[in-house]
Amino acid sequence: MSFSIFFELLPSTLADGLVLGLLYASIALGYTMVYGVLGLINFAHSEIFMVGAIVAVEVLTYVLLGSGLHPLLQLLFAMTIAAAVAAALAGLAERVAYRPLRRSNAPKLAPLITAIGISLFLQDAVRFVESLFGQFIRPFPSIPFFDDMIQVSSTLSVPMKSVVILVVAGAMLGGLTYTVNRTRLGKAIRAVATDRTAASLMGINVNRIVLQTFLIGGALAGVAGTLYALQFGRVDPFTGFIPGLKAFTAAVLGGIGSIPGAMVGGILLGLLEMLIGTFVPLLTDNAIGTEYKDIFAFGILILILILKPSGLMGRSSTEKV
Amino acid sequence: MTSLSQNHRTIGLVAAVGLLTVLCVFVFTGTGFVDTLAFIGLLFTVFLATDHDSIDAKTGSFIVAFVLLGVLPFIGLRNTFYLDVAIQVGIYAVLALGLNIVVGFAGLLDLGFIAFFAVGAYLWAILSSPHGGELLGAWFPMAGDSFFLIAIIAIFVAAGAGALLGLPVLRLKGDYLAIVTLGFGEVIRVLANNLDKPVNITNGPQGIPGIAQPLTSVAATLANSGVPAFKWQTVVYYLIVLGLVGLAIMANWRLDRSKIGRSWVAIREDEIAAQAMGVPLLKTKLIAFATGAAFAGVMGVLFSAKQTFVSPESFDFNQSIGVLAMIVLGGLGSIRGAIVGAALVTVLNLQVLKSLSTVLNDLRASGFEILGWSFANLPSQFEPSKYERLIFGLILIAMMLLRPKGLVPTVRRTISARNVEGATP
Repeated sequence: MSFSIFFELLPSTLADGLVLGLLYASIALGYTMVYGVLGLINFAHSEIFMVGAIVAVEVLTYVLLGSGLHPLLQLLFAMTIAAAVAAALAGLAERVAYRPLRRSNAPKLAPLITAIGISLFLQDAVRFVESLFGQFIRPFPSIPFFDDMIQVSSTLSVPMKSVVILVVAGAMLGGLTYTVNRTRLGKAIRAVATDRTAASLMGINVNRIVLQTFLIGGALAGVAGTLYALQFGRVDPFTGFIPGLKAFTAAVLGGIGSIPGAMVGGILLGLLEMLIGTFVPLLTDNAIGTEYKDIFAFGILILILILKPSGLMGRSSTEKV
Repeated sequence: MTSLSQNHRTIGLVAAVGLLTVLCVFVFTGTGFVDTLAFIGLLFTVFLATDHDSIDAKTGSFIVAFVLLGVLPFIGLRNTFYLDVAIQVGIYAVLALGLNIVVGFAGLLDLGFIAFFAVGAYLWAILSSPHGGELLGAWFPMAGDSFFLIAIIAIFVAAGAGALLGLPVLRLKGDYLAIVTLGFGEVIRVLANNLDKPVNITNGPQGIPGIAQPLTSVAATLANSGVPAFKWQTVVYYLIVLGLVGLAIMANWRLDRSKIGRSWVAIREDEIAAQAMGVPLLKTKLIAFATGAAFAGVMGVLFSAKQTFVSPESFDFNQSIGVLAMIVLGGLGSIRGAIVGAALVTVLNLQVLKSLSTVLNDLRASGFEILGWSFANLPSQFEPSKYERLIFGLILIAMMLLRPKGLVPTVRRTISARNVEGATP
């Protein structure tokens, strides 16, 4: 491989990697929120994300297309509805499948197993509902505005949708950081995360705060789903699995429970994945193809967990005996 | 008093077995809905007969032997579908028993368990197929009867794979471990899907066809009796599976009662306390992981021989979840529960959902009406057999909420100084 190809491809690879990384990061925020408060990996998060993506596509396809609104407004509208549906779903999951387990003296594995149950149920339930109306693989409606190319420099031009993803993901991070650090709700969330019993003694309604955390996590998943659908152009009921796994990897990479960590982890993972996916096939003459990028992602996950289990920006927890 | 009611129940069970045997052998020999019910009833009697608290142990064992060795092969020779179902139940029962060691005894949530099954399956597939012959050279493919040798080797290969994965990840706590094993399962699937270049090892998504079967000569000899060889071949597999299930139960039972079994449970209940009491964490967990993997490896060899074809599709995440659903449904840590769970889930998938779909399709076609609502209005997407995931999901949630200990909860043996051998009173 000559170096000229390398330098030609580098800017666009980095730009794509950044966008992919922001997508992972935006999904990872939801994992991190819930994990930070409950210490629970909300396995169903990836399916809530998937539902968000599908709702956004449906709303755009059946309600907004041809409405004459500005494409950005259309997207915002679809995103809001997707966030609302996803938040409601996350809240419902909390009420039905997690809260009863917190109350009873359930074994440690129980919430994880119900979470897997929810995610399997959602996959097939969505597939059923979608297939009632035809194909269950849904394309994102083609809106030329999002595919407009913006010339950044002589070697790099990015489509409008990348800019949208950059802005929305940035807003998500900013909004979440503000909510957690500056608002009353954020204070309560932090209190519950630190010590549930003590928080309840201070007059905080723990169950309500946990529910609200799930609602926020769900809304974030809905927005992330919309962005994902925008970027990849199609969604189906099984869309959630791999991105969910990657987002979890990102959350662990950055230090699960840490909001900036999720962002950094996501971007790093996206960049790494794009770089590996683009350059490893070139370097090895396609002997090792793009398909192997998933293996690299999990390799990174295992490495991080071995070398620095608390992640790049997480705090290490000490076990009290 | 108890023995009297036990006698009654035993007699009742014997009568039920007799009745169901007659029904299955002479009346319901097809694959329709009622036939399925009769078959399930027969399997259910086996389950009841192993409950030695309420059924006389001797009669119970006799019933189990009668149904499994007498009735099932007989039905199977007429309609191999039933034998296929029984073989699947057996394969999943051993997988469930293996995962039961990892999740049920040691409390390590492994979501990539099927990867070890894939290791075994691909091992035999590559060694004994024409594809493997091209890959490995003159000595291959191996003859079908080397199956038994490879099955034993697969125990060690799969256990090695388990230890290899376990070594780095077993330091992790429950949730992390779950995700990493999930990732590992995905990695194995990606490898199986893509290792067709630069060197063609797994033949990619097309899979490997033409895998050799063991004991074909035996089946061919038996075919002289008039029943075709492929049916005898199924009986051969059935007997092999039966033997393996027996071995797996025995291994599980012995492990449960051994020192290592107690260490597993100690780790499951409280890792730190166990460590404080001198249980070596990593080593104990590794043994659990490797043992579970070994079970899966053997069954993988059997699976690929039985199917004569493997492809990456058979080893996806849903399979891992399916096995997990079995042990959760049956009762984590319970040996009998694992088998019951395996039987229920397999029969549900292979028979109940399928025949329900058929029944619904028939009703739809005939335009049958109930309370003024016609089945013809039923959307054609509504096919229960396509929605096993939805049902698994509901099973997992419902069991955790309503009966977290499963259908057949594990009974914890208590041990006290008095009943330890050699203890002075």
